[in-house]
Amino acid sequence: MRKKELRVVVSFATTTQAMAMEETAKAAGLKGRLIPIPRQITADCGLAWSEPAQNRVALELLMQEKKLQCDQVVELVI
Amino acid sequence: MIYMDSAATSLLRPPEVIQAVCEAMQRLGNPGRGAYDASLEAARTVYQARKEIGGLFGMDDPSRVAFTANVTEALNLAIGSLFGPGSHVITTCLEHNSVLRPLYRQERRGALLTILPCDQAGRLRYEELERALRPETKGVVCTHASNLTGNLVDIRSIGTFCREHGLVFVLDAAQTAGVFPLDMERDCIDVLCFTGHKGLLGPQGTGGLCVRKGLELDGLCTGGSGVQSYRKEQPPGMPERLEAGTVNVHGIAGLLAAVRWLERTGISRIHRRETELMRRFWQGVRLVEGVSVYGDVAVTPAENRAAVIALNIGDLPSGQVCDELAQEYGIAVRGGAHCAPLMHQALGTVEQGAVRFSFSYFNTEEEVDLAVRAVKELAKAAGSVQENV
Repeated sequence: MRKKELRVVVSFATTTQAMAMEETAKAAGLKGRLIPIPRQITADCGLAWSEPAQNRVALELLMQEKKLQCDQVVELVI
Repeated sequence: MIYMDSAATSLLRPPEVIQAVCEAMQRLGNPGRGAYDASLEAARTVYQARKEIGGLFGMDDPSRVAFTANVTEALNLAIGSLFGPGSHVITTCLEHNSVLRPLYRQERRGALLTILPCDQAGRLRYEELERALRPETKGVVCTHASNLTGNLVDIRSIGTFCREHGLVFVLDAAQTAGVFPLDMERDCIDVLCFTGHKGLLGPQGTGGLCVRKGLELDGLCTGGSGVQSYRKEQPPGMPERLEAGTVNVHGIAGLLAAVRWLERTGISRIHRRETELMRRFWQGVRLVEGVSVYGDVAVTPAENRAAVIALNIGDLPSGQVCDELAQEYGIAVRGGAHCAPLMHQALGTVEQGAVRFSFSYFNTEEEVDLAVRAVKELAKAAGSVQENV
């Protein structure tokens, strides 16, 4: 198993929102990736964006600037 | 075979479309069902297709582009969702059954329907639109071009009318998407229904609808969505709201390749080419004795028409003419009725049907000239038979 670490995790209401997040974050040079939505957020299926916690400010600024929609933004050890 | 039935489907299409479908079948998983490469790559493909198809229609929000199996499904969804019992909806006699039958069904369920008439050349009588308006009118559903005659409808004028009167405007762009410029904002379109396999040059089994922001429709089906599994209802967010089950990722990959080809080639160039071929064909057949050409082709600039010429030869059944064209000349065209019953009534071709030649960017002048020769020879033969009777 991979070692757990603190991440900032963004969940989405639709797959389309997750795709928009991935496209925008990658273009902005963020280091995160899409992961299955963690159980700590919901038992539902779906995708979430997982980003190193130290990038939280940059991530949230980007989301604000690009008007990216999401369900919630939380920090988790995953 | 000389293929001149592009209004039915784009059999002639760029090779990269076929390649994209084959690659997708080998590479892509189910979109939104996992965070592994094959699933993510499928989701990225579908997302890019939403973006680029939306962009083609002036829609800047990819989430407002929902995929369906074809334009018929998209129209059923929009019409069924918007025009319930007690509402009044306006349409035209140019429509295909993909518009008419869902509207008739809503009529049986208690909606009120007004069908705008056309003149003998199949041109819509716009002056009737204002008169059709009632307090309970909710919207207008119409085609951009008649699939039978190629006559165009002035959708900007109808869209503007709808905006002025607070009506929803649903456009059936089956015959024009990919060939004519369409802009939901400029043309005041609230719901644009498209098929992927005609002018957009993609595979069959692809289509969809673009829904303007602020207008929410209900899907035809509910089911798997890849998100919010424990909800009892379909997730409310677009596009999942309208897409239950796995979308046709392989087809959509082909459609994306096709749209990119269209963008590279240029829609105006494609339209110009199709117009040239249609005009060449019409010039060749218009004065042939015994040939009747339908629609507004004689009175409307060719660039303001879809690349379709419908005709009949004497009183020969149109199906017989099609069969002669196929068997003797290797020319593939459509005959009979064209799923446009009201248009046939207006043209007086219910019994005879019509022979429809529809042209593609990939047709050649030589093919058109052969088609003209075939029509002339068949008309001559029909004339001789007539004289001997």
